[in-house]
Amino acid sequence: MGKQTIIPFGPQHPVLPEPLHLDLVLEDERIVDAIPSIGYVHRGLELLVSKKEYAEYVYVAERICGICSFMHGLGYCQAVEEIMEIQVPERALFLRTIWAELSRIHSHLMWFGLAADAFGLENLFMLSWRLRESVLDIIEETSGGRVIFGACKIGGVRRDISPETLRDMCQKLEKLKGHMDRLTGVFLNDRSVGYRLKGIGVLTREDAQRLGAVGPLLRASGVDMDMRRLGYAAYERLSFEPVTENDGDCYARCAVRARELYQSIDLIAQAVSMMPDGEVDTKVLGAPKGECFMRLEQPRGEVLYYVRADGTRYIERFRVRTPTFTNIPSMIHCLKGCDFSDVPNVILTIDPCISCIER
Amino acid sequence: MAMEKRIEIFILTVDELVSRTRSLHDEGYRLVQICCSKVDESGKAVLELDYTFDKHYNLYNIRISIEEGAEIPSISEIFGSAFVYENEIHDLYGVSIQGISIDYRGNFYKTAMPHPFTQD
Repeated sequence: MGKQTIIPFGPQHPVLPEPLHLDLVLEDERIVDAIPSIGYVHRGLELLVSKKEYAEYVYVAERICGICSFMHGLGYCQAVEEIMEIQVPERALFLRTIWAELSRIHSHLMWFGLAADAFGLENLFMLSWRLRESVLDIIEETSGGRVIFGACKIGGVRRDISPETLRDMCQKLEKLKGHMDRLTGVFLNDRSVGYRLKGIGVLTREDAQRLGAVGPLLRASGVDMDMRRLGYAAYERLSFEPVTENDGDCYARCAVRARELYQSIDLIAQAVSMMPDGEVDTKVLGAPKGECFMRLEQPRGEVLYYVRADGTRYIERFRVRTPTFTNIPSMIHCLKGCDFSDVPNVILTIDPCISCIER
Repeated sequence: MAMEKRIEIFILTVDELVSRTRSLHDEGYRLVQICCSKVDESGKAVLELDYTFDKHYNLYNIRISIEEGAEIPSISEIFGSAFVYENEIHDLYGVSIQGISIDYRGNFYKTAMPHPFTQD
């Protein structure tokens, strides 16, 4: 065994704009262990649930994370609706699905930019984020917000989308596909990108299952688990198959996200074509009493919400188990054996979201 | 609305935890999460630990109740991913968990005070 060196990585680091700290144990240039620590931006949002009325807390839930903001609001609303046995109007379910898939597209495009930045292709970063900007424009046009949608509420959604806007949105997304071909083509076919991604940070199917991986990280190792199969919102009416790859390396994770971009556009088109008319919200009376576990598929994977309410207007306990948190064991596993220069790539391909972890 | 089915919560004692967890592992369940909640039981603070498992998109939840500062066994030898949840629960709630496969010994969460989630 050679001499071991410990290199601190984060919480402030040029290629990792997330406050995660890792002590990387190296032998020469090779990682032999990675020791994570978190807690740098903890905000106490779970505790805040006992101080805000249950209907107001949706605004807080949306602020858990700027990328999955709509999903967090949706998960909280679905959990409370389940406890209160609220029947959400059909049209609202389809609108929720559309906004959830727009979130996935903008999150994945953001990830492509950050990944490009991690392996040093600044212009690819610019291209990814330019495309993401056009998705944010659609989100702004349909929900009124770019980061915090403010669209979801207990019992439905706050605003409808007109048929003309829906049609325009589908046309814009179709056009976006052409630009995405160019972007994903570089990621998947460029030789220099391949050098940085292929065979790096391999997670086998067995290891992924043993270490509890979720989301694109798991699907890139050949496991077709996707929580949208639970059929929440309008997903039970839509036709889709989880995107999987088999190699389990950084390239496979990139390929899964690339294909999921097109899948999300397809799901939006399906939702628009099947969208029923009618109300978008229902009146909510009373206060929740009971407990509920609720799961969704965020861009980073399975998220679980636990809500316990005692019949007052204040929720007793709200817990979020985020996909990034459950992907930490897999991330550590992937880092072991990697070269030091591959650390940013490996961490980025897990798509860590520390603000989700640090509720 | 079709989504997560309402799940039953099975209450266990601390002694039953490892054996039930092992049998769930052998049946092909996956660990989804471990959640700790501080609850008030007739004026006395109690910590409830929920162990949530999944098989074919169906959740299975077991719950144990312990007093603050109590010791419980780790399940990280059975489910490899459990160590992050157990380190989290140790750092935030001060639960002493014996035999964690990767034990960060209180250094996983950087907190300004020890066990902040037990404070009133």
